[in-house]
Amino acid sequence: MSVLLLLAIILALSGLAFILGRARSISKVSGNIRDLHSLPGYYGWHTALTVLFPSIVVLVLWLVIQPMVLSNGAAKFFPEATRADSVALTLALDDARRVSRGLDAMIANGSKSEAEIAALDTATTDVRALLAEVNVALGSDVSAESLDAAKYMRAASHSGGFWMALAVMAVAGVGLIFGLSQVHPEFRARNRVEKAVLGLLILASSIAILTTVGIVWSMLSESISFFKMYPAGEFFFGLTWSPNFSGGSTLGFLPLLWGTLYITFVAIIVAVPLGLFTAIYLAEYASPKLRSWIKPLIEIIAGIPTVVFGLFALVTVGPILRDYFAQPLGLGTSGSSVMTAGIVIGILNIPFISSLADDIINSVPQSLRDGSFGLGATRSETVRQVILPAALPGIVGAVLLATSRAIGETMIVTMGAGAAAKLSLNPFEAMTTMTVKIVGQLTGDTDFASPETLVAFALGITLFVLTLGLNILALYIVRKYREQYE
Amino acid sequence: MTDFIAGAAAPKTSILGVSAKMRRRNAAETRFKAYGIFAITLSLSVLALMLWTIFSDGLSAFRQAKMTFPITLTAEVLDPKGNLNRDEMAKITTVGYGKLLAQAFEAELKAKGISTEGVSAKELGALLSKDAPGVLRAEVLANPSMVGTTQNRSILASGRVDGYLKGRVTRETAERDNQISPAMLDLADRLVAAGILSAPFNTRFLTSPDASDQRPEAAGLGVAMIGSAYMMILVALICVPIGVAASIYLEEFAPKNRITDIIEVNISNLAAVPSIVFGILGLAVFINFAELPQSSPIVGALVLSLMTLPTIIIATRAAIRAVPPSIRDAALGIGASKMQTVVHHVLPLAMPGILTGAILGLATALGETAPLLLIGMVAFVDNYPAPPMEGMFDPATALPVQVYSWVTRSDPAFVERSSGAIIVLLGFLFVMNVTAIILRRKFERRW
Repeated sequence: MSVLLLLAIILALSGLAFILGRARSISKVSGNIRDLHSLPGYYGWHTALTVLFPSIVVLVLWLVIQPMVLSNGAAKFFPEATRADSVALTLALDDARRVSRGLDAMIANGSKSEAEIAALDTATTDVRALLAEVNVALGSDVSAESLDAAKYMRAASHSGGFWMALAVMAVAGVGLIFGLSQVHPEFRARNRVEKAVLGLLILASSIAILTTVGIVWSMLSESISFFKMYPAGEFFFGLTWSPNFSGGSTLGFLPLLWGTLYITFVAIIVAVPLGLFTAIYLAEYASPKLRSWIKPLIEIIAGIPTVVFGLFALVTVGPILRDYFAQPLGLGTSGSSVMTAGIVIGILNIPFISSLADDIINSVPQSLRDGSFGLGATRSETVRQVILPAALPGIVGAVLLATSRAIGETMIVTMGAGAAAKLSLNPFEAMTTMTVKIVGQLTGDTDFASPETLVAFALGITLFVLTLGLNILALYIVRKYREQYE
Repeated sequence: MTDFIAGAAAPKTSILGVSAKMRRRNAAETRFKAYGIFAITLSLSVLALMLWTIFSDGLSAFRQAKMTFPITLTAEVLDPKGNLNRDEMAKITTVGYGKLLAQAFEAELKAKGISTEGVSAKELGALLSKDAPGVLRAEVLANPSMVGTTQNRSILASGRVDGYLKGRVTRETAERDNQISPAMLDLADRLVAAGILSAPFNTRFLTSPDASDQRPEAAGLGVAMIGSAYMMILVALICVPIGVAASIYLEEFAPKNRITDIIEVNISNLAAVPSIVFGILGLAVFINFAELPQSSPIVGALVLSLMTLPTIIIATRAAIRAVPPSIRDAALGIGASKMQTVVHHVLPLAMPGILTGAILGLATALGETAPLLLIGMVAFVDNYPAPPMEGMFDPATALPVQVYSWVTRSDPAFVERSSGAIIVLLGFLFVMNVTAIILRRKFERRW
């Protein structure tokens, strides 16, 4: 029985439980619901929860535990030598699992009956060819142990599925009876239901924490296995990046860091003046009507997907820079370059800086402006000598946040910066970044045992730490600034 | 005495004229203001340039060069045994259909009296798309009774002919191109004059799946749009309930202590984590650990949900905070429990704000590319995924990823395709944003 069907049954049962619980609470007080502690609906909800909660727990536990039990059982079919070696055992079990899936597929398309499957023997039939017919490709011929283990797995998982359905439904039934037996006029159903809902709310808000834990755990565990294969010192201080998927790669991190920082630098040089002047004009000069037009227009830039900017960099900005700047100046012939990616990331970050800076400038107290005007300063003098110094910490925070976004930007650099890892000062040369290499090493066929793939996780955690550090620093600066006015 | 008067006669400043210093200050003022105008103009003109390039490159993707001529589906070729048995007919490969098409094309040219000078028979066949025989074959196999009849069909022209009609391929580029020659372009001109070659609206661009490197003319967005739609549905189902639940807890119930503080800092940091990091998380947790299938919408949706969750939580919390405390006090005052207050009063009042935030969050998720590359959605998929539930586990691509994978291909015709795909993507984003703005305008309340 499929898990989805089982879920549907549980849901239907709990719907039934709601109706029964509600009806029972009303009949207990013979229709006079003022004698109940809670509204009848709460008794219904409570009964529904006593059905839903335990049966879902049993279902989830069963789904987690069954594969483990199956692997343990199937391991017995393999010789002692295989069982002693954990890697070999995992591979053997994977094979057996694939074979059992193939056997299922044969039953499903009707080419074999249950009896024929049970009679299958590696000595007399070519099981591998049979499996290939149902699109299950195996690396080697199927051994007798593997076939036996697969047959065991099939049988066990089928009976396991049956027992799981039975257990879940039994638990649901017991839950229903228990829930109904709890319905009394004095029973505090509302408090119980609200507590359960509160539990759900807490669960939902802890998902954010789980995500962070997941990020750190997934990247850390793979990075550790990377550093076991490749010395950390050579990674962090190596000057050449030349991965070689057949082995013997040099994976130096510094060229990637240099490319990332150089592109980020260009992006910030573009984004900060443009974003800041836009914000100053909108906050200090523009009439309310003009502002209500310009601000949404600028923010359109922020709503456009980065892949569109990537295409713009590749098709428009890159060729323009190459034909009008790089080639006449003799600096290079490549359309994808640090400048291309940097300028386009800078444009992407204009609305980000301008809207943050706009908020910050607007939060500078009006009295400071009035004081400055009263002393005879012009608008620009007020902005430069009063408002900007007062808003400086917030603006620094905004610039740091923009830096962190530029460092983590992926699509624009993938399409506009090139793929060559170089340590060069020429801004019209193609260079590459950490994010480009993460995409490069993890796209396509990946082998999670080679340092060339695992290096992406080390790059990922470095990127995570770098951006997280910048964000925390920015938040700290912004918070400190706020305290001054409150 | 006279010296003193002479000194006073030339005052340094006057209230009637503007002093040099003041002139400098005013000039600085004008310059400063001009910088602001310059910054805004520059930003907006770059935006305009970008949209203009995309639209001028991409709009032509919605038209497609097609040849219309009668095709005789000769029974001897397509059904040698004459029994209309589908399995037997399936033995005729696309090569057979290709020959049939070429013959029909040649016959039509002769019948209409169009000269083919300078164009060899092979080049004549190259004017038709490599995709056309396959389409015809699928059509015949689906409906074997067509064999033996003569059908009037619109056949895709090759990518180069398509490019010629749209101005991308010219006689100069054709000189250097081994797939097309100037003589073939002359023939194309004559075909247009004869009404055989035309460029009608390209519905296949919106419906058909991706096509291989050699046939840009057949590539479409069908699978990508289904994939994106599946992911958006799942993201909405996963992300909105969890996001709203988390916001209610943090805003209404959470005690101010260390743990909630950690959760808050966590959420604001997650909102700023680069999206590619979520891709790494998805690869490690959902594909390697949980063994969900690569390239499937379910994995994409889970990754995008985790990425969008902080955005939705932040928007929802702002919406909940905007509901004035007096509403809560009134509900509590007449005996509602805290939970009833929230469910019956605060949530309905915050709903427009929550919906706006959710739609904007979904719009960001729809345009996101980087994490999807890592979970294998960049793979070449030319089968439609199954209808929902199983379809969520079938390989698919997404709109922005399709844009990227077309750009990386060598044929310049794919640039037109990916700009076209961007127009479709921007269209969806536009609709979502306008919906959000209308919702906000319509239901916004000033307390």
